[in-house]
Amino acid sequence: MDDRFRSALNLLPEYLGEHVMLSAASLALGLLVSAPLVILARNSKRLRWPVLAFVSVVQTVPSIALLALFYPLLLALSSLSQKVFGQGFAALGFLPSLLALTLYSMLPIVRNGVTGLLNLDPAVLEAARGVGMTPRQSLLRVELPLAMPVIMAGVRTAAVWVIGTATLSTPVGQTSLGNYIFSGLQIENWVAVLFGCVSAVVLALVVDQLLALVESGVATRRKGRVLLGVVLLGVGVIAAVSPTLGSTKTAYVIGAKSFSEQYILSALMARRVTEEGLSATRRVGLGSVIAFRALANNDIDAYVDYSGTVWANILGRTDMPSREQMLQELTRELRDKYGVTLLGALGFENAYALAMRRDKADELGIRTIADLAGHSAQLRLGADFEFLARPEWAALRDSYGLAFRERRQYQSTFMYRAVASGEVDVISAFSSDGRIAAYDLVVLEDPKQVILPYDAIVLLSPKRAADADLRRALEPLVGAISIERMREANQMVDRDEDKLTPAQAAAWLEEQAGLEPK
Amino acid sequence: MAIHPRTGMPEHSGPIIALAGVSKSYQAGQAFALRNLSVTIDAGSFVAVVGASGSGKTTMLKSINRLVEIDSGSVRVGGEPIDALEPHVLRRRVGYVFQGIGLFPHLSVRENIAVTPHLLGWSEEIIAARVDELVDLVALPRSLLERMPGALSGGQQQRVGVARALAARPAIVLMDEPFGALDPVTRSALGAEFRRLHESIGLTTVMVTHDMLEALLLADRIMVMKGGQLIADGAPRDLLAGNANDDVREMMEAPRRQAEKVRAILEDGAPRG
Repeated sequence: MDDRFRSALNLLPEYLGEHVMLSAASLALGLLVSAPLVILARNSKRLRWPVLAFVSVVQTVPSIALLALFYPLLLALSSLSQKVFGQGFAALGFLPSLLALTLYSMLPIVRNGVTGLLNLDPAVLEAARGVGMTPRQSLLRVELPLAMPVIMAGVRTAAVWVIGTATLSTPVGQTSLGNYIFSGLQIENWVAVLFGCVSAVVLALVVDQLLALVESGVATRRKGRVLLGVVLLGVGVIAAVSPTLGSTKTAYVIGAKSFSEQYILSALMARRVTEEGLSATRRVGLGSVIAFRALANNDIDAYVDYSGTVWANILGRTDMPSREQMLQELTRELRDKYGVTLLGALGFENAYALAMRRDKADELGIRTIADLAGHSAQLRLGADFEFLARPEWAALRDSYGLAFRERRQYQSTFMYRAVASGEVDVISAFSSDGRIAAYDLVVLEDPKQVILPYDAIVLLSPKRAADADLRRALEPLVGAISIERMREANQMVDRDEDKLTPAQAAAWLEEQAGLEPK
Repeated sequence: MAIHPRTGMPEHSGPIIALAGVSKSYQAGQAFALRNLSVTIDAGSFVAVVGASGSGKTTMLKSINRLVEIDSGSVRVGGEPIDALEPHVLRRRVGYVFQGIGLFPHLSVRENIAVTPHLLGWSEEIIAARVDELVDLVALPRSLLERMPGALSGGQQQRVGVARALAARPAIVLMDEPFGALDPVTRSALGAEFRRLHESIGLTTVMVTHDMLEALLLADRIMVMKGGQLIADGAPRDLLAGNANDDVREMMEAPRRQAEKVRAILEDGAPRG
């Protein structure tokens, strides 16, 4: 059996359990919220349009954005509740995913519910009144049973949507089958991506068929079928969820953003924590800003960020101090403003840089960004999703006078592919990226020192500020990882042949850093 | 006031149904379905209400059990103003046979017949016995009880409709073109059977129909409506004998001519011009 397949299979109980729990809870909550809306829309012509418009508009918001939007909202609510009741709540992970998926499930349920109830034969409705039913009896005994096939069709659609969309809850910190897809995409482990997709599809199909069984049982009034469908669904949910519920709550949550280096470093930190005899779990694939907010809110306990990123994105600073000065100021400001501890720098930088293929650079005689400026009007720039919105890009552009012929945005894996294949000429690379060496790229020098320092730094949550165990586990990492080793570890995970998993690369890195397991 | 032991309605000596000055308009007063209509119906009578489409006959019928709410005037059932009761309480006391049958497609024949007794909270035993009694009464085989209405013929469906209307032992049965959807043979047989039930149970029946022949053959009294008002009201024999109103005379002409032709065929063996 393929190694990658086996390691994906090992993760299945956890991922599937979390996925099923999230989907089932969202669908149940969706039904609960939709039911009164359906009745409201049926009874009142005036409310019908706004209700249907609302659920339709929710559907037009891209699902990943909907998931992302709930995080800041819950964060604000959590800090409000902290102020008012002295008790916050976890704004990352299950809750934002649950709320977003619940909203997402409502369109088919509400629309089919309203359609089903409004399109009943008026003669049957009059008969219900005529035999002496109250409006409520008519609804429960006649209208709902007759509309049930249409309503069930909506529930089935909602179930399939929710199960599919739940894969997108990974970036807001909820474990799901999407973890296969997001991490697989980052480290180019296509077996994992495929495994995640197929698992989600199979789950959706099974649930859809069981709901179809319930639906046909309702339509043909065979109570046995309804019961069988409901029991199988219930048993399935319990079976899938039980390993998740049974597991003890782990002590330390290590976070990671969504790229290879982060996966490796979070695995390394989790490894260190485990070696201290403590337990650790990982929340990987977090959005760049979400990771810091999650830390400040104690949703995660530790993760690695980069000094320049925190400087510009979190503190909103636009000035450019020296490396040392920046680290000192960050340590102070993060502690004072957020209670976050900057444990130390790992010893390498993952800075924004502009990179080109070596042959192209040689051909044009480009060594520095200043050289690039003269040629930029003939060249195409490929950037990741963040770069063009960042102050570094504005600073580079303005100080060197860069004006590219064309600018394209890529997910970073595809960005490297694009520059290697000549689709673009210059990319926004990261200095620690293993692919720089692998694709034989040159990093252009920055003579004017426009780009901020991006030291990899270990951050601890407010809750763990004085946690001696965690510090003992992580402090040995400070200053222990050089740029060459990080590049090499990244390359081990990113390369196409003979790939390592992030955990394997983390073990290698630990060994190279001379940190012997106890 | 004494309560009738079977119907639960107050016993009184006057008409069982009384409409006084009843008006009903649709489209915000643009179209009148009933115009200041006053009429009384005695207990035990079989009344047919006839008239063209839009004459107000169905509105009049539905105003009796509040399937239509009237704009002005008053309706009394069993001497009691109907707005003194919750509409669903009133409707459980009055049998109703629907145009187009109106059975519940998701309930079995048994459940359809038992629906009003269930609403009234009768015990399961009593309901089961009553359903058996009713299928015998409307001459349906008991083997059909567990079928769904969709599996029955039109005539069988309307027998179920009649059984459902009679289930809670109402004193009054309202019928809205009950046999209109049936073929002529079934229709005439069912009509005659219902007339016998009406006699044996001692019902008061109000039947809306557009078929004058049916009205003449079944009813004790025929009300002819036009434009939301009564234009004739009398025993079939009296209406056939002649009426001052042109519309009424014309409506009576058709069945009379048909009857004469049929008699001629029977006497001479061939139709005459």
